Amino acid sequence: MSYINPKLDLVRRSASSDPEPALAPGDQVAKLIDISKCIGCKACQVACMEWNELRQEPEENVGVYDNPADLNPDTWTLMRFTEYENTAEDRLEWLIRKDGCMHCTDPGCLKACPAPGAIVQYSNGIVDFNSEACIGCGYCVKGCPFNIPRISKADNKAYKCTLCSDRVAEGMGPACAKACPTKAITFGSKADMVTLAAERVEDLKERGYARAGLYDPPGVNGTHVMYVLHHADQPSLYAGLPDNPRISPIVETWKGVTKYAGLLAIGAAAAVGLGHYFMAGPNEVSDHDEDAARKLKEGRDV
Amino acid sequence: MSDKTYVKRYSALARANHWVTAISLVLLAISGMALFHPSLYFLSGLFGGGANAREFHPWIGLVLAISFLGLFFRFWRLNLWERTDNVWLSRLRSVLAGREEDLPEIGKYNAGQKMVFWFMSILIVVLFLSGVVLWDDSHEWLAANLGLSFTIEQSRIAVLVHAIAAVIAIVVWIVHVYAAIWVKGTLSAMIRGKVTGGWGWRHHRRWLREEFGKGAKGTPPAE
Amino acid sequence: MTNNWTDIKNADVVLIMGGNAAEAHPCGFKWVTEAKHHNKARLVVVDPRFTRSAAVSDYYCPIRAGTDTAYLLGVINYLLTNEQYHKDYVANYTNASFIVRGDFSFDEGEGLYSGYNPERRAYDRSSWEYELGEDGFARRDLTLSDPNCVFQLLKKHVARYTPEVVSRITGAPQDKFLKVCEYIGSTGNGERSMTIMYALGWTQHSHGSQNIRTAAMIQLLLGNQGVPGGGVNALRGHSNVQGLTDIGVLAHLTPGYLGMPRDGEGNFDGHLAARDFTPLLPDQTSYWQNYKKFYVSLLKAMYGSAATPANDFGFDWLPKIDKVYDTLQIFERVYQGEVNGFICQGFNPLMSVPNKAKMSAGLSKLKFLVSMDPLMTDTAEFWKNHGDANPVNPADIQTEVFVLPTNCFAEDEGSFTNSSRCLNWRWKAAEPPGNARHDAQVMAELMQRIMRLYREEGGTAPEPILNLDWQYADPMYPQPDELLKELNGKALRTIRDASDPTKVQYQAGQQLASFGHLRDDGSTSSACWLYTGAFTEAGNITARRDNSDPSGLGVHPNWGFAWPANRRILYNRASADPQGRPWSERKAYIQWDGSRWVGPDVPDYGATVDPARKVGPFIMNPEGVSRLFARKLMAEGPFPEHYEPFESPVANVLHPNHSSNPAARVFKGDLEVFGTSDEFPYVATTYRLVEHFHWWTKTSKLNAIVQPEFFVEINPALAAEKGISNGDWVRVFSNRGSVKGKAVITKRIPQLTVDGKTVHTVGMPIHFGFIGETKTAVGVNALTPFVGDANTNTPEYKAFLVDIERADPPAVA
Repeated sequence: MSYINPKLDLVRRSASSDPEPALAPGDQVAKLIDISKCIGCKACQVACMEWNELRQEPEENVGVYDNPADLNPDTWTLMRFTEYENTAEDRLEWLIRKDGCMHCTDPGCLKACPAPGAIVQYSNGIVDFNSEACIGCGYCVKGCPFNIPRISKADNKAYKCTLCSDRVAEGMGPACAKACPTKAITFGSKADMVTLAAERVEDLKERGYARAGLYDPPGVNGTHVMYVLHHADQPSLYAGLPDNPRISPIVETWKGVTKYAGLLAIGAAAAVGLGHYFMAGPNEVSDHDEDAARKLKEGRDV
Repeated sequence: MSDKTYVKRYSALARANHWVTAISLVLLAISGMALFHPSLYFLSGLFGGGANAREFHPWIGLVLAISFLGLFFRFWRLNLWERTDNVWLSRLRSVLAGREEDLPEIGKYNAGQKMVFWFMSILIVVLFLSGVVLWDDSHEWLAANLGLSFTIEQSRIAVLVHAIAAVIAIVVWIVHVYAAIWVKGTLSAMIRGKVTGGWGWRHHRRWLREEFGKGAKGTPPAE
Repeated sequence: MTNNWTDIKNADVVLIMGGNAAEAHPCGFKWVTEAKHHNKARLVVVDPRFTRSAAVSDYYCPIRAGTDTAYLLGVINYLLTNEQYHKDYVANYTNASFIVRGDFSFDEGEGLYSGYNPERRAYDRSSWEYELGEDGFARRDLTLSDPNCVFQLLKKHVARYTPEVVSRITGAPQDKFLKVCEYIGSTGNGERSMTIMYALGWTQHSHGSQNIRTAAMIQLLLGNQGVPGGGVNALRGHSNVQGLTDIGVLAHLTPGYLGMPRDGEGNFDGHLAARDFTPLLPDQTSYWQNYKKFYVSLLKAMYGSAATPANDFGFDWLPKIDKVYDTLQIFERVYQGEVNGFICQGFNPLMSVPNKAKMSAGLSKLKFLVSMDPLMTDTAEFWKNHGDANPVNPADIQTEVFVLPTNCFAEDEGSFTNSSRCLNWRWKAAEPPGNARHDAQVMAELMQRIMRLYREEGGTAPEPILNLDWQYADPMYPQPDELLKELNGKALRTIRDASDPTKVQYQAGQQLASFGHLRDDGSTSSACWLYTGAFTEAGNITARRDNSDPSGLGVHPNWGFAWPANRRILYNRASADPQGRPWSERKAYIQWDGSRWVGPDVPDYGATVDPARKVGPFIMNPEGVSRLFARKLMAEGPFPEHYEPFESPVANVLHPNHSSNPAARVFKGDLEVFGTSDEFPYVATTYRLVEHFHWWTKTSKLNAIVQPEFFVEINPALAAEKGISNGDWVRVFSNRGSVKGKAVITKRIPQLTVDGKTVHTVGMPIHFGFIGETKTAVGVNALTPFVGDANTNTPEYKAFLVDIERADPPAVA
């Protein structure tokens, strides 16, 4: 069950006409996932399940280390493993990425959501789902550029990482960051995380990863979950992390021009009809018509 | 003053078919509009909230699709395009002004009605297909029985197509309903199944001739 | 660990070999990431698989499972040939200069040292010794040029391990091997240090001890022993397995690594005489000279007032062993039907001891089996049919099984001793469920009942039982703090200061502060001398939780208690040169300030011993220095030599007549079921997964969610050859049994060229069985050979032979 945390300030609600404010930079939080430090131990996955009391049935092995095989309503974060043969450097790389909600500054899920207040954004940047208002339509799934939300078959609600908004509201970091044994996951102000990332990128460059960098994609105005990547020039190497994520133009069109043009068209059609009625008056059958019909029925020439 | 003659226009089955379709369409429009724009979200109240509106919408859609299929097979021959339809269309000004004397004699349906029919036929197919893509609950069944699955990109296209098609369908529906209201005596066709002879004489004279010709013992009506 | 977890952050190079710290020790691995992040350390991984550790390494080199000794001897050859060793350290702090007896020899063609007896598969080790001078001290040549000095013998010994030969044996490409050598060699200068992290990847071989010895030799040659960021670091696999070995739950040792009495030693004096701690150089400490003090204190802790000087403190009541009763020995006897009953306490031998078929047959011959465990174990259900996973017929098994539920670690208090030798007290978090009881409670009640039977009915030799000192507040439930106090030891009567008899050091009954205060006259007791200082008059030292690190070197002196004497880095005197100055400012740790040794840690040395006295830094050894030549202490030779695993795809390139360890014990019947490479062409290896802990966590849903099922890892080339697709069921079989699992096809399992032949590896995790939340599986020990290391008898789990094929899913009961 996800809910709106009353201890955090809301800046955006889904399906409401409130103006869209910019997040105040000072209050923003971020989780930095340093892939160069991640050993794929899944402690974050387990911590997430423990804190959020999520228990799915164990699945089968399907020939990979990714378990469960995909995100689902009871798995909000998942380690994704990719074997990459770096031919330029003549070495194998095992790229392990913790997948989960990126908490976009410009959240596609929130944009797509038709249920007022089912998706909210707090002033600290966390994007949260609210089960009370969620109608399970799955529009958030279509809105998300990262393929994160999942709809529960049990209660028809959408679920995803909350960035432990409940813990953050109490001044704690997310459960995954707390559990991470190698400090691959750190949590703090977005500014501090960007600084830490710069330090890590410098270290990686010194180790020969010339294209190391921070993943904080501008297409969604940045995210509140960021990655340090050895190959920042090829995010898609990391189990299909989008190279340049943005809210799909189709979704933008749907939630933008279509929404307004559609209402306009419907309204216009009704107005034209009404206008016509007043201008032209009703189209009535006259007695003459009835007579003609009677004559026709009786076989007389008309 | 004068006694009205009456002509049967729709059988009871046809009317029932129509009204099932009509009610489904209205419910779909309302529930759909509720999820289409935040300012219309209150409409979901009619269904007991957004979750119900979301849950019922595809099922109603399924009813509509089946129901409309009935209408389609019932009426598609009568809606085939004819030469006179072009004339009717070219004299739209007279149509709107109600000067039907300027128009050729019309069979059971005029070009406007035919266009509504064909628009709806196409739109409902589009809405049904795009709707299935959006109907998550059906996906397990589709995957198991038809081997169908959809990517998120496909569902994004589907949702846009669904919205645009729905808007057009609502506009067509408005035209359809308005025509029925504007042209007095029309509603009777779908309520009581019959229209007055005068209505037939005025709006669908060729159809009236055919109807009367069928039962008449005398000479067939002159063309 | 010679060093400790937090010290890893001081390393400049981290070598992970024979282990997979990221996988099996993820929490400790944080110090590797610290070293990388804040010390610019380079992580080098050498492993038969591209592991999770390799995933975050700077350099990875593949190796064939079971050939680590050859690889490491190749490293030594590289270091010596390229003079990348720490010359002053080697000359002053190792036995490189010691002259070896003239009758010592090594036959390179046969791979045998002098003194081999093929019938006994054992050596007469008398020639593996120093040449002693007339003064009784070892002869040395400090120029290291005498052809019979250790340095020259070693140089000659390793000269065979050229990069070409190393590559032929191990399958490691020469360029990668040389690159690793470069990383290692970069630390042989006192300015930089390398830590070596290993675990069961080195121990679980028929030559496991020699793997570790070779690593120790490398560290000594580089001068990396006793310095920050150095050391040979055994990563222990359980939260308290270090405590287990310290307290002597090994059949040949009593607590504190004192020897178990043996047949033929006779009395206490005979036992002491068999251990000669006479210094081999003038002025050396040879700390084991205090052995008797430790032993008498142990006997006093065991037998209390019944232990008197007149009866040798009850020494005669200890059992005398005729041979080492290690796990394999015991289960061999179980299998032979020589054992009636077996108590498994936190032990799941059906899954963890090699050759499951043999285990199952052995357990079926017991009259009774007791399982004391917080969880239902596979062993406790060995008699039950679980389909293909345990295909037994219960009607054929007459063993009576008792299951005694015990509490888990979070349901009582006590101490854990971690890999850093650090005792950490922990507190109870929850009440045990149901009828679960504390292990000590179960054992105390069992003991009390046995004592009562002896008292009431008598019996043969009742003294060892009835004389036991059992002074616990509740004799039926000794409390953890009482036990720790007993391990620490106390004064049994008033003790006066040795140097100033007017001063009272301890009143009777007071807890001792240091093992230096133990006496051999029966006035002190201590059940484990290494733990003296853990629970003193100042209280429970292990419960301290001050994580301050005044030096910034990862030394947390007020956190818990690290044996011995709260020392965090062993041999730390070696961090300074013979004059007592740090080898380099970067690696300064313990140094002489003119009157005493100072630094952030407790000096591993006499605190005020002037360097001018030339007391060696390795004070436990009678030489005062460390050993490149192990004297008589190893079963298969004073220098390590490459021996193939007992099941190997190739013959030993160097000496095919003695391909595998000539001194390893092989039981009759087990020799016959070793497989050959023409029948079983692939090298198999077994390992842990980070998602699980042994066979415990398969009973936990969360762990099952993140790793649900047994699998088999193979290279894409082998998969293609065998027509296996990812996720297919496969059957892996050795000459002892077969298992089924899902295929995980991965480039992380390298394809190697060994002596011109393509060698594939089949990797399989342990962890899976037929009890718990994970999918049922046979268990990989159905495949593994029943042979162990020649010194420790740790089973050879890491390298054996199998074949593999596509298969139908297993039948499930």
